[in-house]
Amino acid sequence: MGSRGSTLSKIPNVDKLMQETGFSQAHIIRLHDRFRALDNDEKGYLCPQDFEAIKELAMNPIGDRIIGAFFAQGPQQETVDFNSFVKVLAHFRPTDKNRPKESTSPDPINSRTNKLKFAFQLYDQDKDGKISRDELLQVLRAMLEMQVTEEQLESITDRTIQESDTDRDNAISFEEFRKSLDKVNIEHKMSIRFLR
Amino acid sequence: MPFATCLFLLCAVVPVCDAAAGEEDIWGVSNSSSQNTEGQEQNNSGLPIVTFRWNHVQTPFLVSVWIIVGCLLCKLNLVFELNHRVTNIFPESGLLILIGFVLGGIVWGADKKATFALQPTTFFYYLLPQIILDAGYCMPNKLFFSNMGAILVYAVIGTCWNAGAVGISLWGCYEGGAMGHLEIGFLQFLLFGSLLSAVDPVAVIAVFEEVHVNEVLFILVFGESLLNDGVTVVLYNVCDAFVSLGAAKINAAEIIKGIISFFVVAFGGALVGVIFAIILCLLTRCTKNIQIIEAGFIFVISYLSYLTAEMLSLSAIMAITFCGVCSQKYINVNMDERSVNTVRYAMKVFANGSETMIFVFLGISAIDPAIWVWNTGFILLTLLFVFVYRIMGVFFLTWFLNKTRLVPVETIEQVIMSYGGLRGGVAYALATVLDPVKIKEKNLMLCTTFLVIYFTVVLQGVTMKPLVKWLKVKRSAQSELKLIEKLNNRTFEHTLCAVEDICGRIGDNWWIRGWNRFEQKWICRYLMKPSARKSQDYLFGVFHQLNLEDAVNYVSEGERRGSLAFMRSEDAASVDFKKKFGTDMSDIMPDIMRTHFDVSPRASVPSVSLEIHENDTKNLRNNNDVNVHHLLQQHLYKSRKHHRHKYSRSHFSINQSEDEVQEIFQRTMRSRLESFKSAKMGVAPAKKISKHPQKDRQQKMSNGKSLDKSKAHPYGDEDFEFSDGNSASGGEAATYQTPYATRCKRYVAYSKTGTGIVNRAFMPEMDTPPTMRTPPWLSQAETDGSVAPSQRAQRSLPWSPSNIRRLAPLRISNRSTDSFIMADVVKPPENPEDRNSRRDET
Repeated sequence: MGSRGSTLSKIPNVDKLMQETGFSQAHIIRLHDRFRALDNDEKGYLCPQDFEAIKELAMNPIGDRIIGAFFAQGPQQETVDFNSFVKVLAHFRPTDKNRPKESTSPDPINSRTNKLKFAFQLYDQDKDGKISRDELLQVLRAMLEMQVTEEQLESITDRTIQESDTDRDNAISFEEFRKSLDKVNIEHKMSIRFLR
Repeated sequence: MPFATCLFLLCAVVPVCDAAAGEEDIWGVSNSSSQNTEGQEQNNSGLPIVTFRWNHVQTPFLVSVWIIVGCLLCKLNLVFELNHRVTNIFPESGLLILIGFVLGGIVWGADKKATFALQPTTFFYYLLPQIILDAGYCMPNKLFFSNMGAILVYAVIGTCWNAGAVGISLWGCYEGGAMGHLEIGFLQFLLFGSLLSAVDPVAVIAVFEEVHVNEVLFILVFGESLLNDGVTVVLYNVCDAFVSLGAAKINAAEIIKGIISFFVVAFGGALVGVIFAIILCLLTRCTKNIQIIEAGFIFVISYLSYLTAEMLSLSAIMAITFCGVCSQKYINVNMDERSVNTVRYAMKVFANGSETMIFVFLGISAIDPAIWVWNTGFILLTLLFVFVYRIMGVFFLTWFLNKTRLVPVETIEQVIMSYGGLRGGVAYALATVLDPVKIKEKNLMLCTTFLVIYFTVVLQGVTMKPLVKWLKVKRSAQSELKLIEKLNNRTFEHTLCAVEDICGRIGDNWWIRGWNRFEQKWICRYLMKPSARKSQDYLFGVFHQLNLEDAVNYVSEGERRGSLAFMRSEDAASVDFKKKFGTDMSDIMPDIMRTHFDVSPRASVPSVSLEIHENDTKNLRNNNDVNVHHLLQQHLYKSRKHHRHKYSRSHFSINQSEDEVQEIFQRTMRSRLESFKSAKMGVAPAKKISKHPQKDRQQKMSNGKSLDKSKAHPYGDEDFEFSDGNSASGGEAATYQTPYATRCKRYVAYSKTGTGIVNRAFMPEMDTPPTMRTPPWLSQAETDGSVAPSQRAQRSLPWSPSNIRRLAPLRISNRSTDSFIMADVVKPPENPEDRNSRRDET
């Protein structure tokens, strides 16, 4: 317990962080360890290079977007400190119905809307609140294997946009995005078991 | 009318059963006498013209009659389906058991003894395998393996718990004196508990498929029931061995051996299944030339896996389950689509048939006074324990599992799970296998098993649906396929993997990704056909499927509106044959799929074409039949000439003559050439400008024309399209001249001799030899060949946004957006020659 307490004491605003993210002490400590392991030069923050050093992540077709998501939380920051690192990861904490809702935080980070927002911003790279055709095409191009030709990619993109595009502006706004994924169980699909 | 059918079927069924029973009665008893009389007849009359030889065919005949009865009963169920009140209350399985009672009663009434009883050999060798195979083969794979841990826990630990708890409690009550004096020892109680522990997949599928619970719950119950059949049989065998060994000889070593054998048998069976699955995949990999029998392989190999496992005294049920589960993905890809359908249907037929038979026999077998031994304490306590321990087991195991599950199993679902512990055929068959020498109270056990089965299948089955409704269990949501959902699923997968990497921990997604890579790299290489391996990405598959759906909707929409005119363009035809020949869909789909959603920025435009189209359809609705006829004549290759019916044991011939094949080739080549050209050249801007006024003029003209002329002129614009398409192909025919010319001749002959409707579209070609017909517009049609079809498609689309909402605006990069703008505005370019000819005709 001693070491545990000391680790926790090193982190600023631990209590607030735990309350916001819903992570337990054990999770915070574990994530803190990982944070320090990623932080090569013990800067106390992470830069994109630190993330890119993760081998598997480099192979991930949308890895750069996910890295980008870590840096997109605040206003144009180039570094990630531990608190925002944990807050991003908190999106993937499974929602638990059993835990009583705290009245202080009406919308926890791992709520459905926030999970959706996280997914949305993976597409919306220029942050104009809309997934344009080009943005979607880029994602598709990254994710689909090489067997699909460019033309097919474009028609798939068009079709995808058309499926959810209710106001016919050839782009998907967040509302449209949310509506089109109404039936998908985001709570389960955007959750990781060990973050529970 | 339904009522009449119902009555008819009832009338049909009863005499058949009666006849079967009667015949059995007569011929079974007086076999020898009948033979004698036959012999006498032969002596008397010399050469017999017909003889009656029941004995020759007795067994297969009876089997067939039973199958017929079973099928009719299935039908009967369908008839009951019409009468919703019955099926709403009663599950199919319970109904079948009741019918079994009736049939058994009839048989018993005629025979005064139970003639038909389900033999365990029949059950295990001929009825069970196909049901299990069907279950395994149609198993939702991903769901099954992602819940594998939970399923295994339920199947192995849950079953052992059920068996042990029921056995021990019964024994305790017996010792406590609750059931008087019985010659049952502790081990026999355990044996009895183990045979009752199996949750029967047949009963569970039958009930749960009707109530449509959500997929996780379904897979948990279903997977559990499937695997625990295997486990039960193993457990039963171990207990049986202990019973034969006798209580005295059992020591710790034997018990440990028993436990080891339990795992070896269960997982060895699974291993045998996997091995056979691999063999099956390898086999289907090289059956390209014998497609007609590859469907047969599936059944035979799977059955072999069952028998092999049985031979090695491993769990046969596990073997055939895993054979089905593991091979399904690869064989479905390896085999021809038709073979896959064949396998699916045949499997369903077999499975449904034997399911029906099992339940009916469960009813029939009960009508035998010999087995009914009543012991209130024993029976009631068994029922109670079976029920209670199931609930306890499920709740305890779920509590344990929920600690780690991402999606916890909710309390309501646990109630349904425990309530869905239906016992069925396996328990019965195991009970009949009991050796009356070793187990003195076999009949009591059999009778109790019957009662447990009836209690669970009928009572719990009946109450299941109301319970599901009442508890508001999450039902399975039938959502339509959506590209965006699939796309997001893919994104989520990648995201989760990435987050796991960032967290630096190995989680589920890591395993899934690892498996996928392994599968991609190794398994697919060896088990899949090279051609299948290159198949498109999953997302593209979804896209393709959606497009196919749309195309079908498109056609039915056209038929609903009374006109198929909009399909008259060549594009529709090319869908058909391209699909058939596996050519890439994407280059044609845009032509059909284009709707006015595409032109949302230019919203004023489509209204014009809408009007035009309305005019068209109004006129065309009148001559619907002619249109259909036309369509068939133009597009369906087969209808152009007589089928040559060939019989071949190994091939379904696709009556295609050489000419047709060549023509298809030409068409494909042409479209490829066009798309290639347009890709290469694009649309020259100068031409575009020059074309606009021309097209506007054309549009006005044709608009006016279609208003005033089309009534007098039944075919209207369609013939234009028709000849338009053909003239283009006529131009091509300059290159591939000979076959085309022969075809033209054939058309002529056809239209002369045949149908009364002279297809004027082909007339120009008659008049002018193909080589001569390289008219000026051809060069235009060649250079921007992509424009013409799109315009046609555009003009002739039925504007019904509500109905074909999903038709996507597809765009292909090599076709410039300019061509789309034009497509919205213009009528199809009319060839000057055609216009002239039309004027002449009218």
